[in-house]
Amino acid sequence: MATVSLKTLQKIYPNGFQAVHGADIEIADGEFIVLVGPSGCGKSTLLRMIAGLEEITSGDLLIGDRQVNDLDPADRDIAMVFQNYALYPHMTVYNNMAYGLRNRKISKENIDKSVREAASLLNLAEYLDRRPSQLSGGQRQRVAMGRAIVREPALFLFDEPLSNLDAKLRNQMRIEIRKLQRQLGTTSIYVTHDQVEAMTMADRIVVLNAGNIEQIGTPDEIYHRPASVFVASFMGAPAMNMMEGKLASGGIEIEGVGLLKSDHKLDANSNVSVGVRPEKVKLTTKANGITQPFIHDFTEELGAARLVHGRLGNKPFVVNLHQEDEVPQGELYATLSPDTLHIFDTETGKRLR
Amino acid sequence: MKRASFSNLWMPVLLLLPQVSIIFVFFYWPAFEALKSSFYLQDPFGFSGTFVGLDNYFTLFQNAEYLRISLFTLVFTVCVTFFSLALGLLFAVKADKVIRGASTYKTLLMWVYAVAPPVAGILGVSLFYQGHGLITQLFAFFGHEFVIGVNYYDTGFALIAVSIWKQVPINFIFFLSGLQSVPRSIREAAMIDNRSSSRRFWTITFPLLAPTAFFLLITNITYAMFDTFGVIDVMLRSEPGNNPMTLTYKVYVDGFRGGDLGGSSAQSVILMILVLALTIFQFRLIERRIHYT
Amino acid sequence: MAVTDTFSTSPPSPAVTTKKRFRLKRETVVDHAILILGALFMLFPVVLTLMTSSYDNLAFARSGLQFGWSDQFLENYERAMFETSGFTGQIDGLSMLKNSLILGFGFAIGKIAISMLAAYAIVYFRFRFATLSFWIIFTTLLLPLEVRILPSYEVVQGLGMGNTYGGLIIPLIASATGTFFFRQFFRSVPEELVEAARIDGAGPVKFFIDILVPLSKTMIAALFIIMFVYGWNQYLWPTLITTDEGMFTLVRGIKNIIQSFTDSSSVPEFTVGFALTMITMLPPVLIVIFFQSWFVKGLTESDK
Repeated sequence: MATVSLKTLQKIYPNGFQAVHGADIEIADGEFIVLVGPSGCGKSTLLRMIAGLEEITSGDLLIGDRQVNDLDPADRDIAMVFQNYALYPHMTVYNNMAYGLRNRKISKENIDKSVREAASLLNLAEYLDRRPSQLSGGQRQRVAMGRAIVREPALFLFDEPLSNLDAKLRNQMRIEIRKLQRQLGTTSIYVTHDQVEAMTMADRIVVLNAGNIEQIGTPDEIYHRPASVFVASFMGAPAMNMMEGKLASGGIEIEGVGLLKSDHKLDANSNVSVGVRPEKVKLTTKANGITQPFIHDFTEELGAARLVHGRLGNKPFVVNLHQEDEVPQGELYATLSPDTLHIFDTETGKRLR
Repeated sequence: MKRASFSNLWMPVLLLLPQVSIIFVFFYWPAFEALKSSFYLQDPFGFSGTFVGLDNYFTLFQNAEYLRISLFTLVFTVCVTFFSLALGLLFAVKADKVIRGASTYKTLLMWVYAVAPPVAGILGVSLFYQGHGLITQLFAFFGHEFVIGVNYYDTGFALIAVSIWKQVPINFIFFLSGLQSVPRSIREAAMIDNRSSSRRFWTITFPLLAPTAFFLLITNITYAMFDTFGVIDVMLRSEPGNNPMTLTYKVYVDGFRGGDLGGSSAQSVILMILVLALTIFQFRLIERRIHYT
Repeated sequence: MAVTDTFSTSPPSPAVTTKKRFRLKRETVVDHAILILGALFMLFPVVLTLMTSSYDNLAFARSGLQFGWSDQFLENYERAMFETSGFTGQIDGLSMLKNSLILGFGFAIGKIAISMLAAYAIVYFRFRFATLSFWIIFTTLLLPLEVRILPSYEVVQGLGMGNTYGGLIIPLIASATGTFFFRQFFRSVPEELVEAARIDGAGPVKFFIDILVPLSKTMIAALFIIMFVYGWNQYLWPTLITTDEGMFTLVRGIKNIIQSFTDSSSVPEFTVGFALTMITMLPPVLIVIFFQSWFVKGLTESDK
């Protein structure tokens, strides 16, 4: 178990493409960190640099107190769970788990003990003599986990480990992995493009975009105080409603909608993007602040909630209503309360308030 | 067989007719003739023969020369198979590893596939030419007078060397394609599990190549036994004499040069049985490799 | 973060890095050395022979293969191509080239056409003798021509097909390699295609011509290359079946070159022989190099 620190870690490929622009992350002992972002954002590259599968172009990588930039993957005291599990097809489940230990000159009895312990922890005890091809997707996933656990590494690395499972199994494994990690207390770095996984599993989330870290924070911070337009629109489903506007004294002039009163305490006259989460909007039949009507197109029933799709100032706009709240009849108005607004600088995309 | 097939009466018959008729005339008929004439003693100038049962076979097994050729065929096959597989694997592993110039190396190592065995033979003849062939001179430098076509072992060595040269490319191609189909993540998982790259190769990569290697093993044995005819014929300059040769070449020598139809046919049948055994062996291995995927 | 780019070009902790870089570098050098040696091992005999084919006969007779380049190149190749007196009395290199092309193309096209039809029948039709015909065809995989060479020769001679292109080509087609290849490929074609085609009103002929053949284009190209090279390189069968020199292929002509090396009382025509050897080798080698990716695909996929 160890802390991990990334100091201005960069990756530039020989063809000149910069996949990761100086990443700085400090990870506490036992922390579960999720790297999330769209495909091509550099999250996998970052993970593979930590694993030692990609060379680090520059910067420092410390696991515990050791600088590990130039160590072989096998010497970094890590274990990794791959997207397609990467189980050795010619070995039994037992040997898959034992392989890494054997190469580290651990006594036969200790290997056997570790493997059997891990197997019982993961409900794999009766499958130890099978080959990966004889297992279901979920079982393979568990073997991949087992292979990581038996090594008792300082750091677990997960590379989208659940993306090959069906939705139901994915939810189940998500919980199992998180439980297991709490139990073992091993520092973990988990890569995913699925924001639900990120929100539900992480102690802290690192949001990446085009090789840059957009924000590092707890799920709560990421969701409620997104640091940029990118984070705001990437995290959360349905996505945050974004509107373009201009700061005015005592309010924001929103394009095609009108003046929205707000005590924003920011310099007037700069262009801003204003975001509001769909669940923070109320629908009323009487104008309250905004005088432009909300044009209702259709409603998606989700059971626990309903998504009301429509337009505000001729731009798509979604409102998330609790199941008890009916969509009112007649002309509709969206009510935005000033303290639920996220205000971003249009030019830099950074959060202003 | 597909789930949604056409059911048409005369169509499939028509489609199969060309293939099946060619096979009957040029495969089954000759194969049957070989089997039949192996039980006959034929006079070389006509088709009059007397049934002699298994005599042709008994004669063969009592023939010291035939046994010597069998032994040479065994040594030849083992050497050619082993060395061309080993070299093909070595080059494939390296070509798979390097980043720079990978495609150039690939081309340079595989083009010899297209060289005909007799052409390989003639290149061999010029390299092992008596007196001043390049390799002959190399041997002379080490104090051995290398005389192809006269010294039994020298000739055998030259035949084996040229046959290996000709066979390396196909092994290279298959091993390289096998290596490239090993999932990258498995290699990476192994990198995390095992520090030593050579042990990684033997414990992970090589076992995953095993199906390819088994397939190539059979292909190479078949090559060494049958497809080296051109190499041997050219390098012996069609003068078999007391030179080393393979069983296949012996079939040709006895049948076409010696006019011993019965003996040659018996030899053919023995080779057929060998190939059959190899094929059965191959099918059983194919069954085994289903486990891997 | 753009700012940090310019500062962080120098790698951290040089000691460790250099050591690892050095190890990696040494490994890479060894890898390249092995590959270069391998490439030379493959190239060396051919390059030497090519060089020697630019010398006169005496040069080889006196000192073997030559390193270098002489002035006889064009003359040797011209004689190899256009002179009939050299190795055989009746045929020049050009006519042998023609025969080789006929064998190569005839074999490749015949084999592909016949085996594609047969594979189509086996994969897409339900008929009574399906399994039987499958086994009749695939048993031929078991016995190469070399082991049944003598009776095959007698059968073809008996049919009066000696010294004909038919006798040269058709018996070589009598094996199932191509059928096996297409069977594997057709089985990998999604079944929904047949279903969709039938719903669209296509019968077996239309389906074959409009859908299956266009889909098989790369497979046909790949197999064509393999079969052309295979046909071109045939030696034993042409040696037996063509006794008329006018029917000789280039590869068949090798036998005469080698015999002339020993027969002649004067200095044998070594270098012209080497020139003809190079001409024999060139077409299949070029095809394999230029259509490398197709060829490799065809080769490795046929056996999966």
